[in-house]
Amino acid sequence: MQKYSGFGLLKHALSHHENWQRVWRNPVPKKKYDVIIVGGGGHGLATAYYLAKVHGITNIAVLEKGYLGGGNTARNTTIVRSNYLWDESAKLYEHAMKLWEGLSQDLNYNVMFSQRGVLNLGHTLQDMRDIERRVHANRLNGIDGEVLDAQQIKEIVPMMDCSDRPRYPIMGASWQPRGGVARHDAVAWGYARAADALGVDLIQQCEVVDIIIEDGAATGVMTNSHGVIEADRIGCVTAGNSSVMAKMAGFRLPLESHPLQALVSEPIKPILDTVVMSNHVHGYISQSDKGDLVIGAGIDGYNGYGQRGSYHTIEHTVQAIVELFPVFSRVRMNRQWGGIVDTCPDACPIISATPVENLFFNCGWGTGGFKATPGSGHVFAATLAAGEASEMAKPFSMFRFYDGALIDEHGAAGVAH
Amino acid sequence: MSQQNRLKSGGRIARNCQINFSYNNQSYPGFVGDTLASAMLANGIDIVGRSFKYSRPRGIVGAGAEEPNAIMQLGATEATQVPNVRATQQELFNGLVATSTNGWPNVDFDMMGALGSIGAKMMPPGFYYKTFMYPKSMWSSYEKYIRKAAGLGRSPRESDPDRYDHYNQHADIVIVGAGPAGLSAALVAARSGARVIIADEQAEFGGSLLDSTALIDGEPAMQWVTKVVAELAACPEVLMLPRATVNGYHDHNFLTIHERCTDHIADRAPTNTSKQRMHRVRSRWVVLATGSHERPLVFANNDVPGCMLAAAVSTYINRYAVVPGNQLVLMTTNDNAYAAAFDWHAAGREVVAIVDTRSGGAGVQVADKAKSLGIRVISGAAVVEVQGSKRVASVSVSALNSVGDKLTGTLEQLKCDTLASSGGWSPAIHLSCHTGSRPVWSDQVIGFIPGKTVQKQLVVGAINGTFDLHSCLADGTATGEQAVLNAGFKLASGSADSGAASTEIVTENPPMALYHIPHPKPTSRAPKQFVDLQNDVTAAGIEMATLEGFESIEHVKRYTAMGFGTDQGKMGNINGMAIAAKSMRKTIPETGTTIFRPNYTPVTFGAIAGRHCAGLFDPMRFSAMHEWHMENGALFEDVGNWKRPWYFPQAGESMQQALERECLAVRESAGVLDASTLGKIDIQGPDAREFLGRVYANAWAKLAIGKCRYGLMCGEDGMVFDDGVTACLAENHFIMTTTTGGAARVLEWLEIYQQTEWPELDVYFNTVTDHFSTVTVTGPKARKILEAVVDDIDLSNDAFKYMDWKVATVQGIPARIFRISFTGELSFEINVQANYGLRIWQAVMEKGAAYNLTPYGTETMHILRAEKGFIIAGQDTDGSVHPYDLGMGWAVSTKKAFSFIGKRGMQRADCVKEDRKQMVGLKTKDPLQVIPEGSQAVNDPNQPIPMTMLGHVTSSYYSACLGHSIAMAFIRNGHNRMGETVFYPQPDGTAIEAIICSPIFLDPKGERQNV
Amino acid sequence: MFYIYCPHCEEHREEEEFHAAGEAHIPRPLDPDQCTDQEWGEYLFFRNNPRGIHHELWVHAIGCRKFFNMTRDTQNYEIKEVYKIGQQPNITGASEAAAAKEGV
Repeated sequence: MQKYSGFGLLKHALSHHENWQRVWRNPVPKKKYDVIIVGGGGHGLATAYYLAKVHGITNIAVLEKGYLGGGNTARNTTIVRSNYLWDESAKLYEHAMKLWEGLSQDLNYNVMFSQRGVLNLGHTLQDMRDIERRVHANRLNGIDGEVLDAQQIKEIVPMMDCSDRPRYPIMGASWQPRGGVARHDAVAWGYARAADALGVDLIQQCEVVDIIIEDGAATGVMTNSHGVIEADRIGCVTAGNSSVMAKMAGFRLPLESHPLQALVSEPIKPILDTVVMSNHVHGYISQSDKGDLVIGAGIDGYNGYGQRGSYHTIEHTVQAIVELFPVFSRVRMNRQWGGIVDTCPDACPIISATPVENLFFNCGWGTGGFKATPGSGHVFAATLAAGEASEMAKPFSMFRFYDGALIDEHGAAGVAH
Repeated sequence: MSQQNRLKSGGRIARNCQINFSYNNQSYPGFVGDTLASAMLANGIDIVGRSFKYSRPRGIVGAGAEEPNAIMQLGATEATQVPNVRATQQELFNGLVATSTNGWPNVDFDMMGALGSIGAKMMPPGFYYKTFMYPKSMWSSYEKYIRKAAGLGRSPRESDPDRYDHYNQHADIVIVGAGPAGLSAALVAARSGARVIIADEQAEFGGSLLDSTALIDGEPAMQWVTKVVAELAACPEVLMLPRATVNGYHDHNFLTIHERCTDHIADRAPTNTSKQRMHRVRSRWVVLATGSHERPLVFANNDVPGCMLAAAVSTYINRYAVVPGNQLVLMTTNDNAYAAAFDWHAAGREVVAIVDTRSGGAGVQVADKAKSLGIRVISGAAVVEVQGSKRVASVSVSALNSVGDKLTGTLEQLKCDTLASSGGWSPAIHLSCHTGSRPVWSDQVIGFIPGKTVQKQLVVGAINGTFDLHSCLADGTATGEQAVLNAGFKLASGSADSGAASTEIVTENPPMALYHIPHPKPTSRAPKQFVDLQNDVTAAGIEMATLEGFESIEHVKRYTAMGFGTDQGKMGNINGMAIAAKSMRKTIPETGTTIFRPNYTPVTFGAIAGRHCAGLFDPMRFSAMHEWHMENGALFEDVGNWKRPWYFPQAGESMQQALERECLAVRESAGVLDASTLGKIDIQGPDAREFLGRVYANAWAKLAIGKCRYGLMCGEDGMVFDDGVTACLAENHFIMTTTTGGAARVLEWLEIYQQTEWPELDVYFNTVTDHFSTVTVTGPKARKILEAVVDDIDLSNDAFKYMDWKVATVQGIPARIFRISFTGELSFEINVQANYGLRIWQAVMEKGAAYNLTPYGTETMHILRAEKGFIIAGQDTDGSVHPYDLGMGWAVSTKKAFSFIGKRGMQRADCVKEDRKQMVGLKTKDPLQVIPEGSQAVNDPNQPIPMTMLGHVTSSYYSACLGHSIAMAFIRNGHNRMGETVFYPQPDGTAIEAIICSPIFLDPKGERQNV
Repeated sequence: MFYIYCPHCEEHREEEEFHAAGEAHIPRPLDPDQCTDQEWGEYLFFRNNPRGIHHELWVHAIGCRKFFNMTRDTQNYEIKEVYKIGQQPNITGASEAAAAKEGV
């Protein structure tokens, strides 16, 4: 893998940028692999990378029906944080956070991970109780966080209205200083390039149309472009399509796929240095390195695979933003888009074996997937390598929905459901 | 020298209305009818900004929404700042203040630009992914500079003084675009009597006709437009919306139309006027007549000021009477653009040459006209490079092979100051894609046209690849007829005006499919050839991206940032796709289709939000006693939409002092609480009782008329989600109360079960929350006070027992009085028709004065109930605890025949396991220490992090009545750990020690409420 | 934003007056106490969640407050039909697939 660096950039500049190495190959898939990962988004590519890097398993293929990172990885609002409530999820997201903190160097690809802090606002007394509870738990779990009052918030976000004027004035917030944002595309490309360099085959425009099962065990997949590809183990990481995949394998998942919308403003000069999220008024906002305000909404209530939602959801979110930031009223919205989030009844993911042997699913991340990308890949890789749920994955078994051991993170999810 | 480029006559400006504007602190003249761009060009302003990455000087390129460079900061005051205004779309008004958005110290002399040519080489696409990683600690510093350099204009730093509103519309036919096709369709639709909305983003209707010299029905095109507009204005069912952009097309024909009401008048809207309006429109049928955008060609140094779109040149000359230069070279792939040269010539300026990339040149009519005007035409050739830095100085022309990918012959240099180029027209298909329809590439159109859609939509005119005026008029009429019939109307019969307007048919030579002009040097070494001007994306950059392996067009776009600017790729995307396709030896459709999402052009946040801010952000609900609370100093808490009194501080009191006073008053004498906000659901029907038994955990079969019972409501998962007292009013009549915040949810819960699961149960529900006001009088003196206000009934303990309810008359008002208690004291809740609430409250206050009756709010209510160990659903429960966890097994009836909601759920394996978190009470070792709510319990506060947590504190207060702190909390296996010690580590490093006890701190036998 | 025909009010109303209430035709087991944890979990949580024709519950919350069923394509959001509680859909995934085959 050609190493990237400032010096390298200079060298290439002098040779007219004609000699850059391909970021990844475009191989023809083999007939059989040790592991097939279905889904070439951030989580799938991270899984492939860690399988190769950590577990030495390189005879793997990532099958992506579109272009790498073209699903939810390309569509999220890029927020990274780990301040979740319950031990099991806090552990998983914090594991991801620690991986984020060295990721650019690990991948030799600048994912532009920027730890500019995340504020989760509270607007009512119960909001504040929930925030206190979460921050106490974070602290005892070794996750950075403190509770701030309106005055302290104003110092961090001078342009936000922390007065009594709004309909639901800000009472306080949780503050995770190590939280922030990263460049979503770069994460997918960074993992893809590094995985490819370790020998992983990345196969794009290759859609899995069936999972081949013999005697209750998965033996391979049927694709639309390359026929049957066999594997000893299959990991399915297809956000926005998980139920469709599960149906191929003959079982259902406790998932509903909902639209999740987001929008950006036109690029403006720096005015917001941190990430602000409000569950109560339904909106969250940060400013990218390109200058656009990146704004996210809550999910639309109906099932939707159209990568778009309803207009009034956008309206409500913009109303929330203008409430919080009356100065942004004259700024313009540039464009909007949507992703398909697979939501779980407890707002926690499924990283799990399935009723079909050799078949494992990593799904149901709902609105919390991007921030978990490195951790999800790392933990799922460990699961696939071992052929059973790794320690950190165990609480996220799909079978917790039978025995009732749900891990309810709706509050910490920070996004209206 | 002012307005040196303004022609002495012509144009659609108001020459009798000269006005002034300021650009970069210098004053210039212009006219009403100008855009900021036309006025700037009139005044000879070449440089309007510096490009984002390379800081190259940039000038005005287009005349409309496609403009990438003339991005201004507008505003004469801080509060009225508007960033990123496109000068081509901003109508000029007197006193307009504009500044360029980058360039330091100014656009004309920019430091970065000086470095740009050196630094530019170090900044290929995606360069930041390849560097700034080492050392790791420096990234945040690098990032600071990246962020500083980013962004065009700036946000205001004061709140927006303007208002924006929304307007809901319903139409039979919406026509998007008032050009020839749209107006033709509108005429037909209007005549049928259908309700029509026709919207156009420009100030005047006419579209392409606004700068056309064509004749329609024998007269100048704009006269036809004037006639049509007059007829439409006379139709009562027609709404014409100029200055209104249809920016979003949503499912089932819902459109958002963004109208700029006063942006052409001043910075701020006039008093009592909305600045902008968002029309939210539902239409039976939609006709898209949105036209098309001209593409420039891509060649070396095609960004030097003076390089413009050919059609824009015509627009400036014909509409604004501005010639943006003196010596023109025009490069074109098509006949249509020759008009720019003819208009330039008619304006009295020099046309140096027309460079036609087609070896066969133009069609006969157009070629002959050029000849007759003495204009030199060079066919089968192209401009391969522009020379000049702050303005075009000359261009190099070379012969081109017929396919357009190889230069032949030698270079000829032509001196000029303006280079207009036309690479053809891209249909403005954006709206047709918003609901997921994928456009289709047409080799004949050399562009994408709308694909199949499930929406009730028709397309006509240039959006569908029909570019000639004659066809647009005819097709517009035919499409209008189609829309009328589809919408269920009849065509207006046999009027003299029926049929399409007529115009000359011009025979053209077909355009050439050409996007990227080759250069003598390879693309990677030639001077920059820009594809996306705003984001500085070059042909070399795109080729580099594909060579690096970014082969999907989406990857190319994201990697190079092509199309991500405020112009959303209107000028550049097709060229970019073509270059990427060629680099990968594919066709354009093989590389991918471009999908558009709202908005067509950027929309002000304020307009999207409308009036729904501050007080109108969410409804505010008050009880009938609200004013009294305000007058008596209450502070309020938001509970859902309600404003509930939180506490009533008296002069000089701290919150703690007020709470202590309120609590003591309740337990020593009496307190009064406004409990109106609690949810109340009226439940009637022969099966009401059976229904209650199914939705509550406890039993209802034997609840007699006149009695109340506390009910616990669980989900199918067994977890508690609401609670409240339900009273039996009559055999088939109950009234259920819920938490304040849970009312709507519970009502819908009841409905979904009755309607979808148990429709055989004859039971009906109605919300009566705001039908009744509730005045709760509680405390040892409560009976005395009630006796003073109640007219008729016996309130003694024998006659009116705890958990009874009775009909009574209170101060002449019919009432229901419920003897239920949330404080653990003797309690009466007086319910009256809502509008009598204040009267009853005041009467109670008056009679209660003698007994120190003290109004209290939610905080005191919280403390008093906690002293009794009563839960608050939503505070002490979070959806993960079942009745047994709460120690409320007594509220679960195991004898009921029906498997009530929650029964099965709370028996799942995880629900019956050992070691579940269970609700307990806590007493702190130091009785005055109050454990902060949310604190997490541990057995050993000195264990290393991560600590093993046992559960959190849900409710915690200082109890003035008891003289020590109390708390309710969850502790793993808590019910079996009575008397044990746990610790609550705090952020300051200390830990609060507490002992596990019963959550019933006061009067465990419940005697006080029974007196 | 959807335009929804309420079969009870018998007119089209804006989506803002309604909200979705999950997959339709999921009856509550008649004998919950005899269900295993797995069966109960399937009832509570497991869903078809198809990409394509979906039968779902909607409620006219700011209107008549009645529930009804809707057949909708979750891919292109086309509302195929609405029908009252207790009725069966006319359009299903199977019927659409058959129609597509015949090139209808």
